[in-house]
Amino acid sequence: MVKEESRAPEAKVTVPSALKNGSAMVALSSVIWGWGCLVRKQFTKGALYLASEILIIVYMVRSGFYNLSKLITLGDVEQQKVWNEAKSLFEYVDGDRSLTILLYGIVTVAALVLAVLLARMSIKSAYKAEVAFRSGKRVPDFLTEVRDQFDKNLHTTLLSLPILGVLAFTILPLLFMTCMAFTNYSVINNKLVLFDWVGLNNFKRMLDLGGSLGQTFWSVLGWTLAWAVIATFSNYILGVLLSVFINWKEIRAKKFWRFCFVLTVAVPHFVTLMIIRQMLQPTGAVNVLLQSLGWIDAPLPFFTDTTWARVSVILISIWVSVPYVLLQITGILQNIPAELYESARIDGAGPVVTFFKITMPYMLFVTTPYLITSFTGNINNFNTIFLTSQGLPRAVESTAGKTDLLITWLYKLTIDNQYYDIGAVIGIMTFVSLSIVSLLTFHYSGSNKNEEGFR
Amino acid sequence: MSEQATPRKVKKPLRKRIPVILAHVLLAVLAAIWLIPIFWVVVTSFRGTQGSYSSTFLPTVYSLKNYVKLFTDFSVFNFPQMLLNTLIVAVANCLISTFFVVSVAYTLSRLRFPSRKKLMSMAMVINLFPGFMAMIANYYIFKMLGWLDGPMLRVAMIAVYAGGAGVGYHIAKGFFDTIPIALDEAAMLDGATKFQVLLKIIMPLSKPIVVYTLLTSFAGPFKDFMLAKVLCGPNKAYYTVAVGMYQMLEKEYIDEWFCSFAAAAVIISIPIAALFLATQKYYATGVSGAVKG
Repeated sequence: MVKEESRAPEAKVTVPSALKNGSAMVALSSVIWGWGCLVRKQFTKGALYLASEILIIVYMVRSGFYNLSKLITLGDVEQQKVWNEAKSLFEYVDGDRSLTILLYGIVTVAALVLAVLLARMSIKSAYKAEVAFRSGKRVPDFLTEVRDQFDKNLHTTLLSLPILGVLAFTILPLLFMTCMAFTNYSVINNKLVLFDWVGLNNFKRMLDLGGSLGQTFWSVLGWTLAWAVIATFSNYILGVLLSVFINWKEIRAKKFWRFCFVLTVAVPHFVTLMIIRQMLQPTGAVNVLLQSLGWIDAPLPFFTDTTWARVSVILISIWVSVPYVLLQITGILQNIPAELYESARIDGAGPVVTFFKITMPYMLFVTTPYLITSFTGNINNFNTIFLTSQGLPRAVESTAGKTDLLITWLYKLTIDNQYYDIGAVIGIMTFVSLSIVSLLTFHYSGSNKNEEGFR
Repeated sequence: MSEQATPRKVKKPLRKRIPVILAHVLLAVLAAIWLIPIFWVVVTSFRGTQGSYSSTFLPTVYSLKNYVKLFTDFSVFNFPQMLLNTLIVAVANCLISTFFVVSVAYTLSRLRFPSRKKLMSMAMVINLFPGFMAMIANYYIFKMLGWLDGPMLRVAMIAVYAGGAGVGYHIAKGFFDTIPIALDEAAMLDGATKFQVLLKIIMPLSKPIVVYTLLTSFAGPFKDFMLAKVLCGPNKAYYTVAVGMYQMLEKEYIDEWFCSFAAAAVIISIPIAALFLATQKYYATGVSGAVKG
């Protein structure tokens, strides 16, 4: 693969260089978007820039600036009772709603960011058109540029829609929720309609080991990390072992065995978890079976004893995830270039050497990102906990149970108790603990350093 | 089993056959552990006695009435409607998600452009946020837009399922990374544009990963209940199967609906399992050997 830099056909255009080397037309393009394009007869492109500028200005004038001004206080007008003479009764007049103000404020900030990006693009394309014009080349017309979108600039074409989706339905909501962590949006003190910025107050309460909230937080965090590490590695190692085992050439009816395990993947995850939960109840199928065999006298405390519950959820996670690993690993195992094995065989390598020198390095190389996502998935493994142990057993005074992960605690705090501010803080803390672990792993993993190692 | 399968070969000495037989026994035990819950739910779906509690592991009376109830008794749960709701969301989700995932994975794996590493780091950062956090915020946003009562609820569900799918590109990218780059270079030397390389060279080789992505994203709405539950709220007309089945196990319904829950589990698992079997061959065909020399 040719290096990225030497691939670039022309020198990179940056905004400062464009403004420095370009004519007044280029500078004017930052104020009147698309001006540089219009001058160089790129009419369609220029018109598109201009239209987007007008749209943004109209939006800002009509509601944008108002939204921004409200964002500072998050609203202070309470719902009012007003005496209506004509109907001779009290009418309720809507006050400010902090949540709406917050959302519209974020959208407006996003619109401003978009405006800056578009202005930069406008400057760049004006400069490019000018360079082409000065050097006597034909300024590319709209059709050529559209064609380029499927060749030279294919990446922008392919990425635009997915990125738009992520912006609208992931990043915007995350920003929204993150902002809540700095407010007192909570059922406490009746702050559900009107709430205020409180700075880092919630974080202080959360990290304070002396307070009851802080104590719960640290114990839940500890269990969450322990759970994620144990579940991720036991699932992965057992999955790879099983996969290699079934792939062993002496094993007959490989497809049948794989089918047995993969059948559990075909059944929706949520259904199997509900079933397992029912089976492990004190009067559930497992206890009934063991009792009728005479192996135990009293029902086993699967979800009522702390240690039992923790071991149970890890075993359930193995049950659920090993077939998934098998499913993904098998495809990759079969994707290992056959030449690698062939040359190893010619060189006289046995099955054990082949496994450690070819299979495992290759697997780790391809699946490191998978391991990280699986670790992330386990930290945020809502279903496995919520649908089986439901976080139980729980001490009476605490909002979190002994098997509650940060994510299920977040659910209980927000949906059940309406402590939205604290919930948002937990979301952020989950993110922080995940980032530390994952970025370190990613940084030291081979996949990041040498993506093309096996090509 | 292993002996009969190779009648023509010379029989191996016993010393070598014992580990093979033991291996098969071990596999059988493991398979049994994994299959017991599924077996149990299948027999429970045919159980003739009502209630969630059973004094025996296997039912004593067998009947079909749990299935009949799902399709005739609409007093509390309208199962056919739930199936339809889920199917609509699942089909839309799997098409949009697969398009997003494959586009992003292909771009990040095989195209080189300046902000590539930056985008990958950003996607990683996004993946580190709990999905549930974005979900609560999404719920408020849709509520403000008034999408939560009426047909727009489906759009909201599809948007939440598929909208952010692009950041989950890792597995697909891992696959694209293993296809030899020489294929692209050869095609581009012959004058193909990058888009043509994608359509004519890479896509035919990528059936396994496309099928994998289609399958997982199709199954998504069948598996998820949190998001559907929060978005649907009390809106029974738009319940997906998962939400409906979750409701069947609530305290007030479990005695009457538990066996029908098992029946519903069987009903929705069969098509997904069949779909999987039909496409399993894609997992077996790798791309090794596509480029010789």
